[in-house]
Amino acid sequence: MRPEAPISFAPGFSRLSRAAKPHLPCERETLCSSLRRHSALRCLLPHFLSAISYLLLCIPAHAARIGDISETSLWNQAFRFFTFQDPAVRYALLGSMLLGISCGLLGSFIVVRKMALVGDALSHAVLPGVALGFLWNMSKDPVAIFAGATLAGLIGTGVVHLLKQTTRLKEDTALGLVLASFFAVGICLLTMIQRLPTGNKSGIDKFLFGQAAAIGPGDVQLMGVVTGLAVVVITLLYKEFLVTSFDAQFARVSGFPVQALHYALMLLLAFAVVIALQAVGVVLVSAMLITPAAAAYLLTDRMHRMLLLAALFGLAAGALGAFLSFLGNNLPTGPFMVLAATAVFGAAFLFGPRHGVIARWWRQRNRSARTQRENTLKAIYHVLEARDFQGEGVSLRELAERRRETLEDVSAQAAALRANGHATLHEDGNQVFLTPDGWQRACAIVRNHRLWELYLTNEARVAADHVHEDAEKIEHVLGEETVRELERRLGNIAHDPHGRRIPDLAEMRRGTGVAVTEKSMGYGQDIQGHS
Amino acid sequence: MNHFIPPFNFHHVFVEPWAQAGGGFAWIALMGFLVATACGLVGNFLILRRMALVGDAISHSVLPGIAIAFLVAKSRSSLAMFVGALAAGVVTTVIIETIHRKTRVKQDAAIGIAFTSLFALGVILISLFASKVDLDQECVLYGEIAFVPLEEMVRVGGVTLGPVSVVRMAVVTLLLAVLVVAFYKELLVSSFDPTLAVSLGINSTVVHYSLMAALSVVVVSAFEAVGAILVVAMLILPGATATLLSQRLPVMLGLTVLHAALSSVLGIHLGVWLNCSLAAAVVVAATVLFMLSWLITSAGRHGFRMVSARTENNNGAETTPLQG
Repeated sequence: MRPEAPISFAPGFSRLSRAAKPHLPCERETLCSSLRRHSALRCLLPHFLSAISYLLLCIPAHAARIGDISETSLWNQAFRFFTFQDPAVRYALLGSMLLGISCGLLGSFIVVRKMALVGDALSHAVLPGVALGFLWNMSKDPVAIFAGATLAGLIGTGVVHLLKQTTRLKEDTALGLVLASFFAVGICLLTMIQRLPTGNKSGIDKFLFGQAAAIGPGDVQLMGVVTGLAVVVITLLYKEFLVTSFDAQFARVSGFPVQALHYALMLLLAFAVVIALQAVGVVLVSAMLITPAAAAYLLTDRMHRMLLLAALFGLAAGALGAFLSFLGNNLPTGPFMVLAATAVFGAAFLFGPRHGVIARWWRQRNRSARTQRENTLKAIYHVLEARDFQGEGVSLRELAERRRETLEDVSAQAAALRANGHATLHEDGNQVFLTPDGWQRACAIVRNHRLWELYLTNEARVAADHVHEDAEKIEHVLGEETVRELERRLGNIAHDPHGRRIPDLAEMRRGTGVAVTEKSMGYGQDIQGHS
Repeated sequence: MNHFIPPFNFHHVFVEPWAQAGGGFAWIALMGFLVATACGLVGNFLILRRMALVGDAISHSVLPGIAIAFLVAKSRSSLAMFVGALAAGVVTTVIIETIHRKTRVKQDAAIGIAFTSLFALGVILISLFASKVDLDQECVLYGEIAFVPLEEMVRVGGVTLGPVSVVRMAVVTLLLAVLVVAFYKELLVSSFDPTLAVSLGINSTVVHYSLMAALSVVVVSAFEAVGAILVVAMLILPGATATLLSQRLPVMLGLTVLHAALSSVLGIHLGVWLNCSLAAAVVVAATVLFMLSWLITSAGRHGFRMVSARTENNNGAETTPLQG
């Protein structure tokens, strides 16, 4: 037995451990007194809010919790907590960080292998093993519990495999079945243990929702060994795990021992789950596997970076969860770690630079704004072209007629052009003048459009009256390379299929308002001439 | 260690509980049967539609809904609980769909993220307001089926019907049974052949969401008796057992009810003997029944295979001379 920690980390589950509940109606009198607490129901939302602020802002009354130190602010407590100054929280913090690392690393593989719910089933299936490990010598011996839980987890995954092979039950049913029935056996054993005279004070119930304060030096050693093992095995077998995770067929053909690697991964996964039990709890440990890894999956496309990020997120979630549950009184650790991990996932979901929702929305918005501007430029070019490039200004009215839009919409578009330096507006705001930059852009868009139409009719043999729609879309995304390729392939690029002139390089350089009559050379011929 | 498994005493385990005054034991057995039947009926369709783990997710994530309903309504009002749980169920579905659609995270991971987060939130709410919410962490895990006989009795017109939660569960189960019979064809077709269902004019979206709503209601009414995680067992075990034993849906539904009754009665006796959580003991009994039917069917199939192999050999032996 470890001596009691000098600080009250979080008693948790006091009722469960105090006495196993009697389950028979014959003990009616004792039940009636303890049971119905209807009278205590008088809480409302204000209580909820105040409790949240109480938890987050940490009222000075809690300051005495770290030993007998007199710091009162949250920051001082956080500083003491995260700098390992207090021996009592040292093991809790260290353990939470280690489990975050190992769960993040192994969770990455189950997320990319689409086996997230196998992790869930495995983590529930370990409960009977925990109880049996405890029964081994009636104490929370880390090694016995570790062995029992790992064994139970592996048996659970084995049963899932067997059910899938020998019956017509599908994988999801098999997973749910194993999860729930193993868990029920575990609960049976657990309630039986609590009925025993020694079981009462054992703290075995802490395994359900987790209690980081219960982590001792022995646990931390075990966690260190397991995390080290996971790091070493993943580093040594990185290539093998990578190939089997992403392309099992290829791995089999290349002669990798796919089945053996799968079992190795399952074993490591079971190890990671089991060392996390003490702090996170059986019920929620699957979240520590899935959530940090899923957050990392949103941020990168490379497996080694995903592993690093997932380990980092797991570590952060573990430390933060331990700290939050330490601030609040009587609160289990697991749910806080899970919510911390969910917060990380939420941040990656919203703010991820490539796959984040906001980044995507922003990119989409920019793209559609650019498309809109380019369409306006094109319309201005068309107006100028219709009057043979006589005069420089285009009135908003002409533009609105050309685009078949209202005057308000057109003036908003003109303002957008001006903001981007493509055009200037006359004082009264009714005339648009293209800047050299805007003129070049307009020519480029029209050129893209007409080149693509020409390509579709000449090379792809599409009827001339079917090419416009396609060109409308592709004109905005044709890159320089593609344009060069089109010029090279098309040869004579003076006119598009509808007989209109394709603006060329000389015209682009010349600036606005110049009527071009002589046939001039395009880029492609220019380049071909030099090469 | 000697006291860990109590000595088996037939009289104590099988006779005494029934002989008790007040008939409390019968109420517990009835409650277990009703919970297992209702869950089993819904679970059958979940299994057929390969949505067993959605049942898992919903049963976890109704917890914050129930906790918030308790805080707002200040009582164990059935209506508030149903509303809270339905809302939580809808939120779960929306979160899963949002993560799945908007990002490249796959559906299984999305399910895992959504229900663990909501469950964690629920546990925190319950721990914070343990004194105010009439719920605690043990109840969340394995329910309070043993307390059913202590509830106040519902009386209608001078006739005592039974404890509140038993009556509520009976109403839910009956309603569910009526719905399954009434919409049997729709459920059958849309579970086995969604394309045919569409061509027959059955709106499979409506069927899907009705099933989800039924699931939420069943989970909530069973929640107090068996807790959030053991509900999963009640959802899956009866249906899985029936799936092994029969290929016809009406027979499967009948077997589900039989499995529910057997596992409830046997489980409670097991719980009395071992003096452990009754709800967990019911699930253990259900698991044992599942394993028995698994053994029987695979032994049967194995035996059949051996018999057919022998007849093949015999045929071979008979035909060889003819060929010769």
